[in-house]
Amino acid sequence: MLKWLEKNLPKIVMAPAVGLIGWFVYGFVLWTLYISFTNSKILPKYELWGVGQYVKLWGSRKWLIAVDNLLIFTALFLIFCVVIGIILAIFLDQKIRAEGVLRTIYLYPMALSFIVTGTAWKWILNPTLGIQKMFIDWGFENFTFDWLVNREMAIYTIVIAGVWQSAGFVMALFLAGLRSVEDEIVKAAKIDGANLFTVYWKILLPMMRPVFFTSFVILVHISIKSYDLIVALTQGGPGISTTMPALYMTQTAFHKSQVGLSAASAMMMFMAVAAVIIPYLYSELRRENAR
Amino acid sequence: MQDKTHSSYKQLEQKSKYTNLFLRWFLYFVLVIFALYFIFPLYVMVVTSLKTMEEIRQGTLLTWPSGLNFDSWLVAWGGRGYGAGDTFLKPYFWNSIKMVVPAVFFSTFIGAMAGYVLTKWRFKGDKWVFLFLLFGCFIPYQAILLPMARTLGVLGISNSVIGLVLVHTVYGIPFTTLFFRNFYVSIPSELVKAARIDGAGFFKIFFKILLPVSTPIIVVTIIWQFTQIWNDFLFGSTFSFGEAAPIQVALNNMVLSSTSVKEYNVDMASAIIAGIPTLIVYVLAGKYFIRGLTSGAVKG
Repeated sequence: MLKWLEKNLPKIVMAPAVGLIGWFVYGFVLWTLYISFTNSKILPKYELWGVGQYVKLWGSRKWLIAVDNLLIFTALFLIFCVVIGIILAIFLDQKIRAEGVLRTIYLYPMALSFIVTGTAWKWILNPTLGIQKMFIDWGFENFTFDWLVNREMAIYTIVIAGVWQSAGFVMALFLAGLRSVEDEIVKAAKIDGANLFTVYWKILLPMMRPVFFTSFVILVHISIKSYDLIVALTQGGPGISTTMPALYMTQTAFHKSQVGLSAASAMMMFMAVAAVIIPYLYSELRRENAR
Repeated sequence: MQDKTHSSYKQLEQKSKYTNLFLRWFLYFVLVIFALYFIFPLYVMVVTSLKTMEEIRQGTLLTWPSGLNFDSWLVAWGGRGYGAGDTFLKPYFWNSIKMVVPAVFFSTFIGAMAGYVLTKWRFKGDKWVFLFLLFGCFIPYQAILLPMARTLGVLGISNSVIGLVLVHTVYGIPFTTLFFRNFYVSIPSELVKAARIDGAGFFKIFFKILLPVSTPIIVVTIIWQFTQIWNDFLFGSTFSFGEAAPIQVALNNMVLSSTSVKEYNVDMASAIIAGIPTLIVYVLAGKYFIRGLTSGAVKG
């Protein structure tokens, strides 16, 4: 008995982690998947109902708006975070004085919660006393900046706050990537007469492919899951103009008590994330095995 | 080596001194502009929290406050002292502490053990077990929200700090395992093998050989978990309301509560209070914070 215990101790120690994840991640996802095929309202029902919830979901105007917003947000969030991140990383890489201070400033938003970020930006962007008033008081009397309460433009305020929060993080990833490149490569290129621009554009950035890939995966992941920021900044409004899938899911489940429908929306999000993550994990694993 | 690089830079710099000077200025200009963009909201939060509502209405976002007036902070933290509808952060701040400390402890401990087994007591199929756990880093939590709510109800711990401790412990495990596994992989297994031959057991090896060198990764893990759990809103707002809510939920409720007059100074003071613990950690241990971020950054 004691022998057996000793032999299997590692597996026994491993068991809580595997058991908890097996139950709370895989078991729960399967449960949600099952419920998405039932006609559950307030309480879950277990008779299968087919794909009715998915049909309903893709026929819902609110869901289509949510998906639309997600696409707009993801595209802009990605572009701005990556462009700003790369610019900051390259510029910081030029033996800059006070690099440490600047880096700290660029990255501190990552330490804040999206609720704090959203609260701050909501105040800054509010049309009565925020930026708009600042410009009017400075003498630009016709200046208007009412994106926060404008149906067409509100989604872009979420982009502004989201980029503010996450661009520094892309900077950190790229800076780490650039720093890991051998000095020799840059030196050799310079001696061959390449200017700084060419060095970065033709040599260093192409070498950063894995970093681009990682940033892409992480940023898309953040944007599919974005929830807190919208709650704090616009609560999906004005109207339903800034609804996103994560917000749709919780509202459908907990305010409208449409458990089946909300499970279907959760599964759509799950599939979207899986489509990005599985290739990523696969390539990471291959890289590790190749080592 | 360093000097050589430097001197070759120097030669090149002399070639086109003026363009370089211009580029240098341009570089700093851009960097400073971005620094201002990043610092701007924090500045606005701090000065707004120090103003009276009268000052806020008269000045602009950037106006310097007339004095150091911490009234809004006191109201945000301790309320105005009247009964109904007086929400303030103090009790929720403590809720968050009560939630964070055990959740960070348990998830870090379980992750350390899992990382130890996966690297030093390898068994058949351990790679698959790691992948099995790793996938937990990526799932959108919406896919587990409904069954979790039911489970907490069945266990009788919905709307309680204990329930949130459980949730955060469980969903932290994939990250803590990832951290410890990647750290222990780089520690030579020969040490462990030698100790095993000497007859040292599973726990003795962990406590005598691995734990003493684990400080950096423990710090990274604790900071990561602390930041994630402190900043969480999804779980907090879904599984708790009223008195058991953590601070981010309380902050959101305070800001959204529609009293007759919107008190932006109190809102900003509340936001700063809710953000200060993680900001302090970031400033004090930025290096470890960034390390966690770049290796565990899969979470949104």
